[in-house]
Amino acid sequence: MRLSYPADIKVIQVPCTGRVDIIHLLNAIEDGADGVYVAGCLEGECHYREGNLKARRKVTYVKKVLTDLGIEPERVEMYNLSSAQGARFAEIANEMAEKIKTLGPTPLAKDSAA
Amino acid sequence: MSELKSGSNLEKVLAAGHFAFTGECGPPKGANVEHLVEKFQHLKGNVDCVNMTDNQTAVVRMSSMAGSALMVNEGLEPNFQMVCRDRNRLAMMSDILGAYALGVRNMLCLSGDHQTFGNHPEAKNVHCIDSMQLIAMVKKMRDEGKFLNDEDIDVPPKMFIGAACNPFADPYEFRPYRLANKIEAGADFIQTQCIFNMEKFRDFMSKVVDMGLHEKCYILAGVTPMKNAGMANFMKKFVPGMDIPDELIKRLKGVEKKDQAEEGIKFALEQVEEFKEMEGVAGVHMMAIEWEHKVPEIAERAGVLPRPVID
Amino acid sequence: MIVADRKPIEELLGMVEDCKKILVVGCKGCVTVCNVGGLKEVEVLAATMKIARKKAGNPLEIAEHVLERQCDREYVSQLGEEVNDYDAVLSMACGVGPQFLSEMYKEQSFFPAVNTTFFGGATQHGVWEERCAGCGTCGIHMFGGLCPIARCAKSLLHGPCGGSSNGICEVNKETECIWDSIVKKKMEAGQLEDLLGVKNFKSWKTARDGGPRRSIREELVQGNI
Repeated sequence: MRLSYPADIKVIQVPCTGRVDIIHLLNAIEDGADGVYVAGCLEGECHYREGNLKARRKVTYVKKVLTDLGIEPERVEMYNLSSAQGARFAEIANEMAEKIKTLGPTPLAKDSAA
Repeated sequence: MSELKSGSNLEKVLAAGHFAFTGECGPPKGANVEHLVEKFQHLKGNVDCVNMTDNQTAVVRMSSMAGSALMVNEGLEPNFQMVCRDRNRLAMMSDILGAYALGVRNMLCLSGDHQTFGNHPEAKNVHCIDSMQLIAMVKKMRDEGKFLNDEDIDVPPKMFIGAACNPFADPYEFRPYRLANKIEAGADFIQTQCIFNMEKFRDFMSKVVDMGLHEKCYILAGVTPMKNAGMANFMKKFVPGMDIPDELIKRLKGVEKKDQAEEGIKFALEQVEEFKEMEGVAGVHMMAIEWEHKVPEIAERAGVLPRPVID
Repeated sequence: MIVADRKPIEELLGMVEDCKKILVVGCKGCVTVCNVGGLKEVEVLAATMKIARKKAGNPLEIAEHVLERQCDREYVSQLGEEVNDYDAVLSMACGVGPQFLSEMYKEQSFFPAVNTTFFGGATQHGVWEERCAGCGTCGIHMFGGLCPIARCAKSLLHGPCGGSSNGICEVNKETECIWDSIVKKKMEAGQLEDLLGVKNFKSWKTARDGGPRRSIREELVQGNI
C-alpha cells in the first residue's frame, strides 16, 4: 500500500487516545495549529476498555471551549479507525486537511511569542 | 370550642354551629384602592370572611395587611394571610400586632409559594420560621401574651388562627398527621387547598374523622369554580400540589365553550352540597379567583344565603 | 467539600482585559476534588485564556501555580512577593482563596475564577449536590439523617409543604423533596412520632445571620498540642 496523506499533518503517537488530554489539544491550538484531530481505535475495541470514548468526550469539551472563544469547533475532531485500515487513515487525513483548508488558517495571531 | 378566642365573625359563625362560607380576594398589583373596594362589594354579605392573600404565587402586590385594613374599613371581615417566605420573626410579630391594631381578627398561617414561581425570582427567601411555628407563635402571642422571647405583650393580639392543608400533596399517608400537627400547634380552623378530586378528599376526610381531628378544629373545604377547560388544564399542569381529575376536564370540554363557566359553577355547587353533608367539614372556602363578581350568584345558588349575623 | 463552578470564560477575560501578564493560582483542596480549580483546571484555563488573547492579537502571558491549600496562611505565603510581578492574579480556589491572598499580598489584585456554590458531595461522577448549609447548629439526627435546612427549598422543620409531588420539589423537577424522603424513612422505621409536635424555633444566631463566624480552639491557640 503506497497511500499518501498530506505532508502538513504532524503525527504524534500515543499508546492510547485515552492519554490525550484537553490540555494537549488546547496547547496545539495555542501553539498555532490550524486544526487537531484524534485518531482512536474503533469504539468498543479499545485495548484499555474506554480510552477512545474518553478521548471523544475531551474533544467535545475542547470544541465547546473553541466555540466560546469564537473559533470554529470543526478545527478539532475525533475519528475512530482500526490499525488495519490504512486506506481509511489516508482518507481521514485528506478529509481533515481539506476541511482545514476550507476554514483557512488559525485565527490566532502568528507573530506573538506568548 | 365554647369560649371565643378572638370574637371574629368567622369564629362566631363556626362556634354557633353554622356551615361557614368564606371568600377570597387578591390585593391589586398597585395601589388601586378603588378597584379593590369594588371587589369587596361582591363579597359583602355573601361570605363570613374574606382571605386577603399575601403576595400569592410570589408575585408582588399590595400588602395583605393594608388590604385587610381596607377591608375592615369597608365593614367586611378579613382573613389576613401571612407567608413565611417574606418576613423574619421580627417582622411577623410586628405585622401581627399591626394587623390586630387595624381591626384584623383572623389570620391564615402559610409557608408561601417559593419565590422562583413569582415575578422576583432573584429575591432572598426568609423562612426564619415555618408555617407550623408561625401557628404556634400566633397562639403564644394570643394565649400567653408573650413574644417568642417570652417578653410580655401589653395588649395581646386575639387572633382566630387559621392554617392550610393540602390533602393532595405527597406523601399522602402523612397528610392527616401534618394536619394533626398544625391543630396541635394551635390552628383553630383549616382551609384546604382547592379540591377537585372528590374521591380522594372523601378518603382523606374519613381518615381525619377517624383521628378525631374535626372535633379539635373547624375544617373548611376549598372550592374553586373552573372558568373553562383551559383553566383546568393550566392548573393541572402548572400549579404545584393540584389534583385535577381527567373526568372534570372531560366534563368541561363536553359542553360548548360559552357554557364551560356554567359547567364549572355547577360542579362547584355539587361539591358544596356534598360538603354540607360530609362528616368533619365545617364549611366551604370559596376561592373564585379573579371572579369575585360571581360570588353573589354562587352563594345564592349554593343555598348559603343569607349569612348568619351573630352579635 | 466546598463545591464551586468555574466562571464563564467571557467574564474572566473581562477581569484581566487590561493585563499583559497574570498568574493563575489553583488549590489542591476541595476545588481539586470537584474538578474546578486544581492543577488540570489551572492548565486548561491558562491555555484557554492565552488562545483567546492570541486570537484578539493581544497576547497574555500567564504563569501557573497550584498551592496545597489557599485557606492556610503557611501555604499562601509560599507564593512570596513575586505575586507582585503580575498585573493581576486569578484564584481558582473557593471564595476563601482570593481573600487569604488579598490579606497577605495587599498590593496585588486578586480575582475569583470560580463561583463558590455549596457544601456538598458527588452523587455520581461529575455531579455534586448540596448537603449542608453551615447553619452552625446541626440537627440532622432529628430528620432521619437528612438535612431539611440545606435540602428543603423553604428550610422547613415541619414539611413537606403542599408543593411536594411524587417525591419531587415544587421548585424544580430535578430536585427531590427531601421531606418526602424524611417522612417515608421515619414511617418505615415506625418513628413517625419524631416528626410530630412543634420543633424548637431555630436560632439563626449560629448561622451567617449572626454575623461572620469564628471558631476558636484554645488548646491549639496556645500551641500546647
